Amino acid sequence: MTEIIQKVKNLSIGFKSKKGEEILILRNISTNIKKGETVGIVGESGSGKSTLALAMMGYVKHGLYTIGGECEFNSSNLLKMKNRDLEKIRGRKIAMIPQNAGQALTPNLKIGYQIDEALQLHSDLNEEEREQKISELLNKVRLPSPETIALRYPHELSGGQQQRVAVAMALAGTPDLLLLDEPTTGLDVTTQAHVLELLNFIAKDTGTSMVYVSHDLGAIAQVSDRIIVMYSGEIVLEGPSRDILKKPIHPYTYGLLKSIPKLSLAGLPQSMPGSQPQPGTMYRGCSFFDRCDFSEEKCKNNSPQLEYLEELNTSVRCFNYKSLMNHSQVNQTVNKIKTSLEDKEILNLSEVSISYAKQKLLDQVLNRISDDNPTVKDININIKKGETIALVGESGSGKSTILKSIAGLLRTKGGIIKFDQNRNLSSDLKERDPNDLRIIQLIFQNPDESLNPNHTVEEIIAQPLKLYFGLKSEELKKNIIDLLQKVRLGEFYMSRYPRQLSGGEKQRVAVARAFAAKPDIILCDEVTSALDVSVQAAVLNLLQQLKEDFGTTYIFVSHDLAVVRAISDRVAVLYQGRLCEVGPSKDVYQFPSHPYTEVLLGAVLEPDPDIKPKLVAEDIVEEKPPQKGCSFQGRCSRILGDICKSEIPPWQITESGNSIRCHIPLKELQKDQIN
Amino acid sequence: MKLDNIYQEEKKSNLAKLSEIIITMASRPSGFIGLSILIFHVILAFISPYIAPYDFKAINPTLMLQAPSAEYWFGTDDLGRDVFTRTILGGRTALTITFFGSLIALLWGGLLGIFCGLVGGKTDDIVMRIVDAFLSIPWILAMLLIVSLLGTSTEVLIPALGFFYGKGIVRVARAATHDVIAKDFIVSARARGHSNFSIIWNEIIPNVRDAILVEGAMRWSWMLLGFSSLSFLGFGVSPPTPDWGLMISNARGLMSFAYWSVIAPIVGLSSLIIGINLTADAFAKALGIDRSTKAPV
Ligand SMILES: Nc1ncnc2c1ncn2[C@@H]1O[C@H](COP(=O)(O)OP(=O)(O)O)[C@@H](O)[C@H]1O
Ligand code: SF4
Ligand code: SF4
Ligand SMILES: [Mg+2]
Repeated sequence: MTEIIQKVKNLSIGFKSKKGEEILILRNISTNIKKGETVGIVGESGSGKSTLALAMMGYVKHGLYTIGGECEFNSSNLLKMKNRDLEKIRGRKIAMIPQNAGQALTPNLKIGYQIDEALQLHSDLNEEEREQKISELLNKVRLPSPETIALRYPHELSGGQQQRVAVAMALAGTPDLLLLDEPTTGLDVTTQAHVLELLNFIAKDTGTSMVYVSHDLGAIAQVSDRIIVMYSGEIVLEGPSRDILKKPIHPYTYGLLKSIPKLSLAGLPQSMPGSQPQPGTMYRGCSFFDRCDFSEEKCKNNSPQLEYLEELNTSVRCFNYKSLMNHSQVNQTVNKIKTSLEDKEILNLSEVSISYAKQKLLDQVLNRISDDNPTVKDININIKKGETIALVGESGSGKSTILKSIAGLLRTKGGIIKFDQNRNLSSDLKERDPNDLRIIQLIFQNPDESLNPNHTVEEIIAQPLKLYFGLKSEELKKNIIDLLQKVRLGEFYMSRYPRQLSGGEKQRVAVARAFAAKPDIILCDEVTSALDVSVQAAVLNLLQQLKEDFGTTYIFVSHDLAVVRAISDRVAVLYQGRLCEVGPSKDVYQFPSHPYTEVLLGAVLEPDPDIKPKLVAEDIVEEKPPQKGCSFQGRCSRILGDICKSEIPPWQITESGNSIRCHIPLKELQKDQIN
Repeated sequence: MKLDNIYQEEKKSNLAKLSEIIITMASRPSGFIGLSILIFHVILAFISPYIAPYDFKAINPTLMLQAPSAEYWFGTDDLGRDVFTRTILGGRTALTITFFGSLIALLWGGLLGIFCGLVGGKTDDIVMRIVDAFLSIPWILAMLLIVSLLGTSTEVLIPALGFFYGKGIVRVARAATHDVIAKDFIVSARARGHSNFSIIWNEIIPNVRDAILVEGAMRWSWMLLGFSSLSFLGFGVSPPTPDWGLMISNARGLMSFAYWSVIAPIVGLSSLIIGINLTADAFAKALGIDRSTKAPV
């Protein structure tokens, strides 16, 4: 039997509500972390996964307290330990990498110095040994030329490199247990894949046990030996990674896997209804009851216990797990998206370029564009009425910039934006008439930021109705109720404030507000990125339904290629503000591919242990687009040589209408570059 | 599953919200003490003319510098006036003038701060420079100049104090607006084409109001101290109107043998300042604004 490193026994953590009730955030958690294994803890936000990970290093967040149970490490209970003793363990025996650890590096201290500090704190090495250890650690996290990296400041590194430094610092004390809380969330797809690969390497190389906390089953699938699924503060399923992902025997996990869009499937996956109950709202019965496809009468009033199944080495909390065992695999069905494409162009961008650089006074006077290398350049896209076109690319590729200009929030430097074939839209809000503003509406990434916290749902949806249609009193109210119904929210939501809604509900309100204007085009900026996976599919389905009902056109920005695959008719791939590939979704996701599209597709993390990401290009970040030649030259592994550096590649068009901008002939691009 | 959960609250009327805030404030010991002191002073200011036992300006040479007694609770001053009468009346002018001064400070400071935060860029820079430059002149000198040129009437003092104490509010309002302005709901309102006025009124003010009010309450207590200093120097309230600053100034030379005539106004003034301070602090806590992390100025 392998040695157990950390033993969590009957752990309950909670807080006291204003009314003095004890509210549980973790409910009777028991699990063991073995030496050398990587355990993935997955669950949606609020399921208590971070609280559990923090407890594993003896830390309980301010405002929370331990109600019962223990976290045993080296046969002592961390939760009862004195701070002085904990300090000896934290960093040395148990290290933690929190979310955005890379960004949390001290900005004005050199990387080498910061690692040295960690070494001084967490090891007994002398100065010389430490120096050696620094370059050893930087090597281990595979940073190029450790000597020069050590002399740099954090801001001189890319997001992925910063994250690697954070990993190096965590390894400084050679911990036995490494806790990672959402370590790749917020990083670009390509960077994410690289960091995960590094973690896998470190787990193998050092034999450190890892606890990997994430909401992202795709990331969990790549690193974990074992997976713990949490729901509403409880463990609902725990077992070997492959079994959990391939044959989940708990309805929540099953539903989750069914609702995650996959690259291989075009169309929208089925959504899971409802949302996770807030802590303190569950009184009896199974906490998953009202979202469960397998529920029975008895689930309503009886709570299932966590049951260990010897033959599967799996624990499950469900009365009905046997009926799930009969399903051989998660069979995912998708609703094919219907697009009633009219052959009418609704929006046309031609030669659009946008620059954030300040114009020099002289150029302003002469009214000429000074920046010859703008952030976004040469954008030519025709958008047909009723279609969904997606813009994809890593962060900084100019997706949101283009949306802002279409919305009139950012002035273009050049080019024309034309609506309905004949109406020129100024990129300056002040020059648009109210109707021009009404026809284009925006939905943002994070509904917490896009809904005014001091307005009720009623006030929020009333705004466009009053502004554009001058509605009042009864009629206004009728329209609001109508819109709420369209986004599947009841009338009683009118008096709620955003903070009283779940993430998915908030985003529905934002959708309702956008549709209140009766727009022709809706710009969706990462609208599902801030949502939990279980509600993501529901919001996507809603958007699709509304689009079919109203014939709206969507411009859909996302970094998630699987989501894009599910919802879009056409895809435009951007790198450094330049288009690389534009074409029907089906074709963009197939060869021939632009080398950059291939990199993006290769890095997608799927919740399947058999599909590993392919890392084709380095995860470096370029500050500025190159002056000449192909925008992707700096990272392209197929680069042809001088021609790519000096000449802008030509558009090549396939038979099915996919346009690829590369010097490599289409026939060559047909082939996968790895094989 | 039950729907009525602990996170649910219904939309409340403003009055209900206010009373809830006051209850939260009073549930903390410091807030309770602060509120009690403040309410005591406000009530006293209203009723003191009716309960004062003697005429505050009646000079009586035979009663000069009497020690506290059953007849003259706080003793008498160097002109034989009753110190108790003068003490309970002595906060009225200061309280009124600084209350209205604070309102003016709130108004101009808040609006200018919101404006600067909203427009940003060069205009913001320039306005803030001017505000800073103007107010880097020691305020007391400037006040003395204004008062000696325009007199010490209420119509001069209120706007002058309001002007000088608005500076901190400009900064707080500007910072709060900056935070809000970056949020997508403002971008969203802009993209819809709402007017600037509508954006300020509907989107910004509800989100910065709390921070500005708290700052205003803090400024009130500082203004009170400032105003009393003016009186102390003889530029605030003119005799014979009783005023704590003035009383302290008159009696301080007699401290060694007639301590009573100076202690009463000191206690009056400092308790009021402490009361306002504690109240403002509790107000901030009840609204969930942590002043310790967002130290203004
Ligand atoms: N200090 C706190 N006081 C009250 N509730 C808290 C506190 N910290 C977290 N919570 C609540 O605990 C639940 C679980 O939080 P967390 O462990 O962070 O979840 P996750 O990591 O799955 O997102 C959430 O509902 C959250 O609102
Ligand atoms: S116990 Fe019942 S409600 Fe709960 S997950 Fe199992 S089947 Fe669904
Ligand atoms: S043009 Fe050259 S650098 Fe650009 S993608 Fe094609 S091969 Fe790579
Ligand atoms: Mg978390």
